[in-house]
Amino acid sequence: MSELIIKNGYVFDPISGIKGDKADIAIKDGKIVEKVSSKAKSIDASGKTVMAGGVDIHTHVVGPKVNLGREMRPEDKLFRGDYRGGIVKQGYRMEMGYSIPTTWKTGYAYSRLGYTYVNEAAMPPLMAPHVHEEIRDTPILDISAMPVFGNNWFCFEYLKNKEIENNAAYIAWLLKATYGVGIKVVNPGGTEAWAWGENCNTIHDPVPYFDITPAEIVKGLIETNEYLGLPHSIHLHGNNLGNPGNYTDTLDTLKLAEGYKAKNKFGRTQVLHNTHLQFHSYKGDSWGTFGSAAKEVMDYVNKTENITIDLGCVTLDETTTMTADGPFEHHLMELNHRKWANCDVELETGSGIVPFVYDKDVAVIGIQWAVGLEIGLYAKDLMRTFLTTDHPNGGPFSRYPRIIKWLMSKKARDATLDSMKRKDKVIAATDLASMDRELNLYDIAMMTRAGPAKALGMSSMYGSLAPGADGNVSIYNLDAKKIPSDPELIEEAFSKTAYTIKEGVVVVQNGEIVAEPKGHTIWTKVTMPENLQVMRDIKEKFTKSYTVNLENYAVFDDHVYRPRALEVEVA
Amino acid sequence: MTLVQQPELYLECYSVTPDKFAGKSLTEIADLPAHEGKVVWKLGDFFSFSGKAGETAADTKIVVNGNVRKMKRFGQQMTDGEILINSDADMYVGCWMRGGKITVKGNADAFLGIGMEGGEILIEGDADNHVGSAYRGDWRGMSGGLIRVKGKAGNDVGTAMTGGTIIIEGDVFIHVLTHAEGGTVIIKGDVEGRVGGQLVKGDAYILGKLLYPMPGYKKVGTVEKECDGQTYTFDEYIGDLGERKEKKKGQIVWGHIYLKAN
Repeated sequence: MSELIIKNGYVFDPISGIKGDKADIAIKDGKIVEKVSSKAKSIDASGKTVMAGGVDIHTHVVGPKVNLGREMRPEDKLFRGDYRGGIVKQGYRMEMGYSIPTTWKTGYAYSRLGYTYVNEAAMPPLMAPHVHEEIRDTPILDISAMPVFGNNWFCFEYLKNKEIENNAAYIAWLLKATYGVGIKVVNPGGTEAWAWGENCNTIHDPVPYFDITPAEIVKGLIETNEYLGLPHSIHLHGNNLGNPGNYTDTLDTLKLAEGYKAKNKFGRTQVLHNTHLQFHSYKGDSWGTFGSAAKEVMDYVNKTENITIDLGCVTLDETTTMTADGPFEHHLMELNHRKWANCDVELETGSGIVPFVYDKDVAVIGIQWAVGLEIGLYAKDLMRTFLTTDHPNGGPFSRYPRIIKWLMSKKARDATLDSMKRKDKVIAATDLASMDRELNLYDIAMMTRAGPAKALGMSSMYGSLAPGADGNVSIYNLDAKKIPSDPELIEEAFSKTAYTIKEGVVVVQNGEIVAEPKGHTIWTKVTMPENLQVMRDIKEKFTKSYTVNLENYAVFDDHVYRPRALEVEVA
Repeated sequence: MTLVQQPELYLECYSVTPDKFAGKSLTEIADLPAHEGKVVWKLGDFFSFSGKAGETAADTKIVVNGNVRKMKRFGQQMTDGEILINSDADMYVGCWMRGGKITVKGNADAFLGIGMEGGEILIEGDADNHVGSAYRGDWRGMSGGLIRVKGKAGNDVGTAMTGGTIIIEGDVFIHVLTHAEGGTVIIKGDVEGRVGGQLVKGDAYILGKLLYPMPGYKKVGTVEKECDGQTYTFDEYIGDLGERKEKKKGQIVWGHIYLKAN
């Protein structure tokens, strides 16, 4: 059908092992191929950097919590978009919202950055239909969503009884009922405790009534995940996020993965993905003694090969925090006195939303900024270290190019540090000022494409320029042989691609949207022998505890937008 | 500039500012955009222009003639210079203003001086609701400048205010300094009620009657204070007792309602 060849670019593809060589990338019928005919349309990428389309492993872009953020923050849109009368400079729909873009802006903005696939970080199962509607309304991108299980009553009861097979059958059922992709865990036990006004701050604090600990929940879900052989590992937002001194809880959490081996046919090698590690890597016992524990945490991560992490950087912007960590958001509201939304999702999870201004002149925030970058710079294996901001919690995803700049340029880091009012305190509490390491383009390709794709079990489709992968390619205006000495040019180059190609179609050219093809919903379809016990338990819970009927719970098949299943068979 | 044609709906006059006019010829000024709904017109479709713009905003004075009752956003984000409007104006006069001076020889509609940071606004007639307000949902309201309304205002004066001064010489309906963290509101007429709701910091001076005071304020004494150039005796109330308070040098910083003692 249609053929495209991208010629003469400097290619960075860690999956294929190409480290900046000049190579041609051929695409036919939406997939990367070895070669194409002479009739292929040609793009000249001479002097430019070519990577696979970006893969964002953790971002909050679609769903009820995201939309509540949009609704409660009109000021997030003030003077920040082409909002008047539908006159839009790029794309085909109104683009509004700085930290919580509309679904339209999300699709266009990610495409301009060269990202073609994003993984929605948290889907409340009961409200999955809303998530899928927003996926439908997000142009261009392929999107998956992870239902949350860390505060799920079924999981509590199965795991308390150590019934891994039953837990697996329930999760398989729920993945189909929600068209979800994998197992997300947020503040295990804590959000359920929040329904009682309490929390689980360490991995040993038991959940009220269910009397199961976060440690038992996490280990049980790891075992369930590997029993099923899902494409991704469990994806964990651990207990005690955001508090001084929490790095010890983080190490306790990470150690829960010891002894487990990944079992799957998708090439994934980790059993635990710990997300937005920056928020979990703090020393100190008060805001006054707050400091970076990035080194301690990364020392452990570096020697532990069955773990992956993502950064969760702070970008020093005004943004919106939103998470299923209900108690944390209440705590944040008490700290900054801002408006606060709180939601409970029966039997399943909860959420909280609070605006936050990351003022670089506040010492604690300068330290948080440093911690995020230190994690990237201390990392030994960038195939296990991914670039995120926990969008929008640490900052908007539109700042990914800025983070790339900071990781690639000590000069840029120093300039930001120098502009901080409390820079002496920030320097004293962190290591960043003395770190000379500068990441290169191959490192960035690992952190933003190859690594996340592999961790998600999707490297045969995304994050790769090997034949057979989807024809998603980003071409940046960066001469790999002559990286500019002005770091602002690095940020500029990653902010607007020369070309973004999605399944062989040019969607962005010179930073402008030129086409709007439809994306896919990625989900995991598990085929398992029928489990009568679990089916009975489900019917019982819906009769006794849920306020909705079982017949109305599952997402209708035709409600899901262009689904594409990753298939798993369990004996 | 003189009105030659009325818009069918309302015209958004965000381009009518000394900053946007400065250094431009009359033709360039006439070419500036003005939205009516989703259609973008030019100012020249509705106004004829005469005179000469200054080189900078500071030495630019704009006189608007004709009935601009249906025109919004005069002076949006201006930093200096002057605008004189010789009729009523619609909503958002002086919105997000940073400096300079606007005078309306008539009434102004809602959201007068929303998000003001500096400068001066004088309304010779009445204002409507949301004088010196914050943008919807924003916790950062008016932070500086002076708004004076010679007539009355509606509801919601100084919501989420953090600085600056608002003077309403007539009556005010309800909601003054709601959620404020600073600023001063002077009301020379009567106020129906709900003054200082959830106020962290800020001061209200009421020379007329406060019909329905709120329970979160406690009288602490009587003082003599100067208010817009005159000295009066006030009953001093502190509050909002139900809201968080900052401390300065170990002392609690209170918000105040000063009611003119009779």
